[in-house]
Order: sequence, then structure tokens, then C-alpha cells
Amino acid sequence: MYEELRGLGFTVITVAVDKSADDARPWIETAKPTHPSLVDTAHVLADLYNLVNVPTILWIDERGRIVRPNDVAFGTDTFKQITGLSAASHLAALRAWVRGEAPALPEARIRALQSLPTDDDQRARAEFGLGEWLWNQGRTEAAARHFAKAGELAPHDFTIRRGTMPMRGIDPMGPQFREMLGSWVKAGNPYYRPLAE
Amino acid sequence: MADNPGFTVIDGGRAADVDEVEGTTRAQRAEASGRPVAIDRAERAAYLGVSAAERAKALASLEAPDFTLPDLDGRLHSLSEQRGKKVLLVAYASW
Repeated sequence: MYEELRGLGFTVITVAVDKSADDARPWIETAKPTHPSLVDTAHVLADLYNLVNVPTILWIDERGRIVRPNDVAFGTDTFKQITGLSAASHLAALRAWVRGEAPALPEARIRALQSLPTDDDQRARAEFGLGEWLWNQGRTEAAARHFAKAGELAPHDFTIRRGTMPMRGIDPMGPQFREMLGSWVKAGNPYYRPLAE
Repeated sequence: MADNPGFTVIDGGRAADVDEVEGTTRAQRAEASGRPVAIDRAERAAYLGVSAAERAKALASLEAPDFTLPDLDGRLHSLSEQRGKKVLLVAYASW
């Protein structure tokens, strides 16, 4: 998709929200991308853009304006059975926007679809930030306490609740994740929050 | 324990070693100005975050917040370097 559209004044930037470059390395080395493929261990992007899960995509236009706010889209249908989300509709919309065949969303609509951070979201990110610093110092038990507190402040933020599992010795695909996901969904909450359009 | 064991304040993502009085004062000041603060007295460290009001204002302006992050080789890249192009920004993770 990138190779197809890159000649049209378009680029992709991927950002791995992982605890280390080595966690992201196999993904990046397999894809061999020619666009910027970055690693964000400190959740800089999550803090700036109010990311609460992955994958999250945004469209940014030539002037540096957000023209599609945080949305959920997959590049392939690998997880379609689990997520119920197909890659095709986002790719078709993206192609049309890049080729200039369809405008992005109007500003009022973008603002209506945006999800802005709350005080508790930002408190959670401060707890994460302290935890991440402690973890990098090897103070893993203290770090885990702050990750737990962050998760309580922002229970919908899976960049924290799931993303810190590898830093707490927990398998992020394992039984503890499935239990967390199960009780979250059972309480009527969505794990992915794709935009309505 | 030494008389002055020190205190770390992480502000804007950067850690600074200060004494305990200075550290707790900075944390209190940040909190008073509406910033989120995570503090661990036993670990002698505090993290000063950015307020929801500031982040929400930036996002609601629809001006995409600039960021600078490293690639696998440690080379830094900024969103602003792509000005003039349409950008698909994709956040993903190995977890």
C-alpha cells in the first residue's frame, strides 16, 4: 500500500509502543519498511495523542493537520476473526484520500469524533512515566506498583494495562490478559473503538 | 543512609537529580499548577506530567502535535519533517 501511494506525496510513519527497541525489532526487520519506523518506549505518542490501545491510526494532511482522528484499523485481515474489523474499508478510504478522490472528514466532524484526555488519563500517564523510569533503573517492584495504579486510574488504557504486562513478567497474550479482556468486555466495554465512519 | 540521599524529578521526559527539598517543592508546584504528578517517596522520585487541559487544547486545535522518536538504529525522526506530505500515522505494538 505504501509502495503504491508513496509517489503521490504520501508517507507512513509507524510507531511501536513497546518496552524496548528489541521487542519491535523482529516486526520491523520482517517488514523492511522504507518509511520511518519508530519506537516509543516512554509512550510519548500515547501522551500527545491520547492513545489508549493499538493499533491506532491517524491521518495527517500536508499542512500538519489531523484530518482523521484516532481510529482502529488493521493493515491485513490476520486478526479479522477476533476483531471483526476488515482491513479493506480503511485501505479504500485511505487510497481515495491520498489520490485526492475523496476529501477527509470536515473539521466539525473530526472534532466530534475526537476523544480528548481526562485528568485521570493524564494522572495514569504520570504514574506510567514514573513506573517506566523505575523499571529502566531495575526497580521493577516499585515500577509494578505504579503501573497498577495507572491501570486503576485509566482502566480503558490498554497501552498501560496490557502494554506493561511484559515489564511485569506477565504474558500479554496469556491467561491474565484473557481474564482482563473477559471482564472488561463482560462489563459492556469495547476493547477496540473504531470510528463510526 | 547518607544525609542527603537525593531525589529524581522527571520533567518533560528528562530526569534531573536534585535534593529532596527541591524535588518535593517542584512536585508540589507542578501539582498546584494543575499538572498530574506521580510521586514515590520511598523510591525518591517524582514524574511531572502534562495536564489534560493542555493536551486536549492541542488536540482540539487539530494541529497534529509534533514528536521526535528514534528508529531501530537510534536515528531520530520528527513528524514535522514530513510537512508537505499526507501521513498515515500507525501506532502498534508487539503485545
